[in-house]
Amino acid sequence: MADKVLMKGNEAIAEAAIIAGCRHYFGYPITPQTEIAAYMAKRMPKIGGVFLQAESEIAAINMVYGVAATGKRVMTSSSSPGISLKSEGLSYLAGADLPSLVVNVQRGGPGLGGIQPSQADYFQATKGGGHGDFRMLVLAPSSVQEMAELTIKGFELADTYRMTAMVLADGTMGQMMEPVALDLEVKPAPEKPWATTGTKLAREHNIVNSLFLSPEELEKFNFDRYEKYRYIEENEAMYEEYLMDDADICVVAFGIAARVSKNAINEARKQGIKVGLIRPITLWPFPTAPFKKAITHVKNFISVELSMGQMIEDVRLATECKAPVALCNRAGGMIPSPEQVLAAIQEANKNGGAR
Amino acid sequence: MSTREYLFSGFGGQGILFTGKFLAYKGLMEEKQVSWLPSYGPEMRGGTASCGVIISDEQVGSPIVSNPDVLIAMNLPSLDKYEDEVVSGGYVFADSSLIERKVKRDDLHVYYIPATRLASENGTPTLANMIILGKLLSVFGEDNEDDLRRALGKVISAKRADMLEVNLKAMQLGAAYQEEA
Amino acid sequence: MVVFDKPHALADVPMHYCPGCTHGIIHRLVAEVIDELGIEGKTIGIAPVGCSVFAYNYFNCDTIEAAHGRAPAVATGVKRSDPENHIVFTYQGDGDLASIGMAETVHAAARNENITVIFVNNAIYGMTGGQMAPTSLVGQVTQTSPYGRDPKLCGYPVRVCEMLAQLEGPEYLERVTVNNVKNIRRAKAAIKKAFQNQVDGKGFSLVEVVSSCPTNWGMTPQAALKWIDEAMLPYYPLGVYKDRSAEQEENK
Repeated sequence: MADKVLMKGNEAIAEAAIIAGCRHYFGYPITPQTEIAAYMAKRMPKIGGVFLQAESEIAAINMVYGVAATGKRVMTSSSSPGISLKSEGLSYLAGADLPSLVVNVQRGGPGLGGIQPSQADYFQATKGGGHGDFRMLVLAPSSVQEMAELTIKGFELADTYRMTAMVLADGTMGQMMEPVALDLEVKPAPEKPWATTGTKLAREHNIVNSLFLSPEELEKFNFDRYEKYRYIEENEAMYEEYLMDDADICVVAFGIAARVSKNAINEARKQGIKVGLIRPITLWPFPTAPFKKAITHVKNFISVELSMGQMIEDVRLATECKAPVALCNRAGGMIPSPEQVLAAIQEANKNGGAR
Repeated sequence: MSTREYLFSGFGGQGILFTGKFLAYKGLMEEKQVSWLPSYGPEMRGGTASCGVIISDEQVGSPIVSNPDVLIAMNLPSLDKYEDEVVSGGYVFADSSLIERKVKRDDLHVYYIPATRLASENGTPTLANMIILGKLLSVFGEDNEDDLRRALGKVISAKRADMLEVNLKAMQLGAAYQEEA
Repeated sequence: MVVFDKPHALADVPMHYCPGCTHGIIHRLVAEVIDELGIEGKTIGIAPVGCSVFAYNYFNCDTIEAAHGRAPAVATGVKRSDPENHIVFTYQGDGDLASIGMAETVHAAARNENITVIFVNNAIYGMTGGQMAPTSLVGQVTQTSPYGRDPKLCGYPVRVCEMLAQLEGPEYLERVTVNNVKNIRRAKAAIKKAFQNQVDGKGFSLVEVVSSCPTNWGMTPQAALKWIDEAMLPYYPLGVYKDRSAEQEENK
């Protein structure tokens, strides 16, 4: 294994994108993700790449759209309010079936909100992210190493499925430093015969477009796209299970919340409470398989979130409401403490039999 | 040691984040698991700066340091804010040039180092942070010079290699400091 | 002997434009220029939202449909993905370029982005059925200014070339029109220069084409062409507003 270096999560994303072959980055400054732009500004000119500070998040996502149309790996990054501005572009990217990578280092909202870490853009990321019927691949790193690995994975998935992949991190993940190994494998990008790179007068012209005025035609595009989404749901869900084999109680958490939860779970185990963790790594597709397994022995679920309770709805769907799901949360930029999660576990343990 | 959580706190510009990063790198080079998490946002610019560092033999869970084993307080607001959060039996290293009061609790190991004054006298007024860290590392018996050099090499760019010796000297100055009885 | 033919770069499909609309003329001029410069194989066109939304069907080069107003940003991405091998033009109307997309327009110009912008100004939103545009004239009656554009209520029309000329960035800005043969010839020369500038790496070149919209102006095609002379051109004077290379040549 290569030497590990200490890097901020934001920097790890930027370096991993370069490793993945991304040579085009467009962004607009916003805390707490600006290190990504700063890193790209420094690195891209040295490797023949393009860093451009756009005039707005809207312009940035449309520059991404332009490069994506030419088939090259391209990315932008922002934080919550900036992602709202990009949502128009996300919808167009989906409608034109273009691959791209978008990073959201979330902060508290709504509105201008705050700058401290949050997971309150879960709905926005997993349930659409713009107008119309569409999905994005949503990847939720829980360490700086995963910030790097899931960035590369995001580029690969985006190319494979001609979709936007979103790395959904939060302020803590972006700002913290941890050791990271960057000797990462990258799958080469597939052929992109649909790309608009000039006909060279050797083929019919390619059109990148999301406008279809015939509803029959547009419906077919939607049905076909959802066929693809179904395939992804069956094949691309990623998750981690921690101490789940004998668990009576299952904590569900992603990103920073999963790390806080692990501390609490370790403490609860010392107290003899049989508790485990399911950590979704892909938020869309939401991993349902571990829940199907868990529901045979888990009596209580606890969704730990930095929001008012968004993922909890997917947990209820995945468990088909066969066991109660409690919410353990903080919001607005606050982070649940291990003690708070431990208390929620202890409470669930008291109710243990009441299924 | 299985896990030790550090909280560094002071004014922006005192090298708080750098000190934490150095310690994290030192841990990494000794094959420990480490994390470093700064406060961020407007408070970075001239106000209070703090960062939490965790060094562990096991995987680091939450990187958030709420109850530090070790508090490094470089100014009074930091001591006021975090004194009560230190775990019982924990350590406080305070810059007594800038903090006039004593630690109120009696269940902590407390070291007062006039780091800002020593730094000035040493001709390196910006290195109070490394002086106080030097004391900390000597207290824990983690001040092997080779280890310090290796970790400094990671956080100081090759272009500024002269700064390596200066930082090392500041740490040794801190390590040698004995409180007046 | 062939005396008149369709340019190769223009697709052989029926256009959806209204009778008397000048979009067809401008499309043809763009296609002729692409042919004459021999750049069709490396050209990528960006279509807007507005009447010319289907421009992506009308050119034989690769084309991309952009979100409303965002064509200059999309063009920036396409151009920068391969600056040596991509010739990129946007084709935008007044609502797209001067209202919702003003920020993208101004900043692409300020960056001297090496792209070509064809800006069709007919002082109205055509596609949605005749609403007030950022370039609608004072007093002009539209669906959303039924009593005539009142500056007290909605300000004054924007002169895009004059405004962009204040920027250090852009290479070339010219306003032309296509209401008679002489003006069409001038328009073609300007469009050709705007593409040639890109080929030569000179930077942001915008040609504003003052156009007609007989349908939404409520006029016959002939009356509309006359109204360009009588009402539009006094407010939007034709001419070169910036030509950096020519200015530098003069100053030598």
